[in-house]
This record gives sequence, structure tokens and C-alpha cells, in this order.
Amino acid sequence: MLNSIRLSQIYVLDQDEALDFYVGKLGLTVHTDEDLGFMRWLTVCVPGETDRQILLERPGPPGLDPATADQVRELVTKGATGGTLGFTTDDAQKTFETLRDRGVEITDEPTQRPYGTDFGVRDPFGNSIRILQPPSAPAA
Amino acid sequence: MSRAVEETNRRLLRARDAMDRSYAEPLDIPALARIALVSEAHFIRSFRATFGETPHRYLQRRRVERSMSLLRETDRSVTDICMAVGFSSLGTFSRTFHGIVGESPSAYRARAAVTAAPTCFTRRWMRPSSFGEAPAGDRPIA
Repeated sequence: MLNSIRLSQIYVLDQDEALDFYVGKLGLTVHTDEDLGFMRWLTVCVPGETDRQILLERPGPPGLDPATADQVRELVTKGATGGTLGFTTDDAQKTFETLRDRGVEITDEPTQRPYGTDFGVRDPFGNSIRILQPPSAPAA
Repeated sequence: MSRAVEETNRRLLRARDAMDRSYAEPLDIPALARIALVSEAHFIRSFRATFGETPHRYLQRRRVERSMSLLRETDRSVTDICMAVGFSSLGTFSRTFHGIVGESPSAYRARAAVTAAPTCFTRRWMRPSSFGEAPAGDRPIA
């Protein structure tokens, strides 16, 4: 049946601002940035992990009627679209400090959990991001 | 018009995030209203209109949710947990907890089980709610 996750999508309110954040601050790389005419197809990925992309989609016509697009934008800014991304890191504390120093909004400071150390940040639009340092694998 | 709503939403979300992040600190309405860049009265009104409950109630639910997590997953004392989540009096904590959850912290601890879902989701979904499907407390706090 299915092999892997290839593409995930979140709504962003401005794609240039999204690039500043996801590439400039989080350190992702642009996978595809192409003007299709009817939309700007913009995907990013973790450096080196090109088989998993995140589509940064701007809600708007012609994909959505203007009134619906406005509703989506309002929900994004309330943090209520369900847009959530989960990343892993080798060092949650260091990554947390780096992102905080870059002015990224922190929603949760690093906490020890049974599944690792994780913390939460918010993108400039209202989407929620979790960053997890999994427990180190037991020595072989 | 709608851009103005988006701007307001983001400011209020910033204030709500501050409650999520710094729930254990003595947060007050003036401080939160400053984060949202609005007056105190307007902050309470617009927060409620946007998120369905007052900021005070939201912060209490956040603190109670954190205390529920600590009761489930640690063996720290109730007094210790009360202080750790931002209450300064055990009486207020127990009353608030009972009002929201419907039972005492120790009764909750006795029946609660550790969950497999990540904290950020249990935080949102296990937080006792005064609206929606979750069992409501027997009396509103704010």
C-alpha cells in the first residue's frame, strides 16, 4: 500500500514572509518555488530530506472563493486551522535557544517527556510547530 | 475589515501563547493586554469573543491541565504541584481544580492513567472545558 509521507500542506498568509520564517529562521530549504500562473507552488523541506515536502499554500482565489479564503485566514490567525508540523532535532535545548534568539515565538519551552524532549513554536501566521529530540537510541 | 480581524487574532493568540508558555508565572491582565496591544477591558472582551472564554478562565484551565499532567505522571505532592503550576494557595488550587474537573486532585490522581499521545495534544484535548464535548465543571470560574 502506501510507502511514505511525501507532501504535507499548511496555509500561510504570505509566501515571502513564510520563506523568511521557514527558511531564514527554521533553516529549511526551498524544494520547489514555481509560479504556475494560477498559484505559486512553494514547497520546503528539511535540508537533505527532499522526499518529504511541506507545501506553503496561500488561501485565495481561484482555489477558494474570497469569502472562504478570508475565513481560512481568520482561523489561521486564531491558531485554529489544525496546521501543525512536527520536526525532530538532535539537541532540543540548543535549537530552542537558537530559535528564541532569532526572535521566533515560543509556545512551550523544552520539556522532558517519555518520548523525548520537546518544545513548541508558532509561525508568523498562527500555525503550530513542535520540535522533538527523541530519546537517544540505546547503545547497540 | 478582515485584515483587521486577522491582526487582532494574531495579537490575541500571542497573549494566549504567553499564557501557555508562562502559565506558572504570575500573569495578570495588564501584562497580557500589553502583549495584545489593547486596553485591559478591550482585551478581556475581544479575547472572549475570539476564543470563547475569558483570559482568566483560559489561564486557570491551562494551569489545571498542567497539574493534571503532573498528577498523572509524577509522584510529587499536591502542594508541590499546586505551586509548580502557578497557584500560591493550596485552598485556591483545590477549589479551582474541583470546580473545573469535578473532583479533588487526589481523587483524580487515583483514577488517571498516563496517555500515549504527545503532550501538546493532550494539553489541548484533556484540558477541562466549559464548552464543547468535554465534561464541564459544576460551576463556572469566570
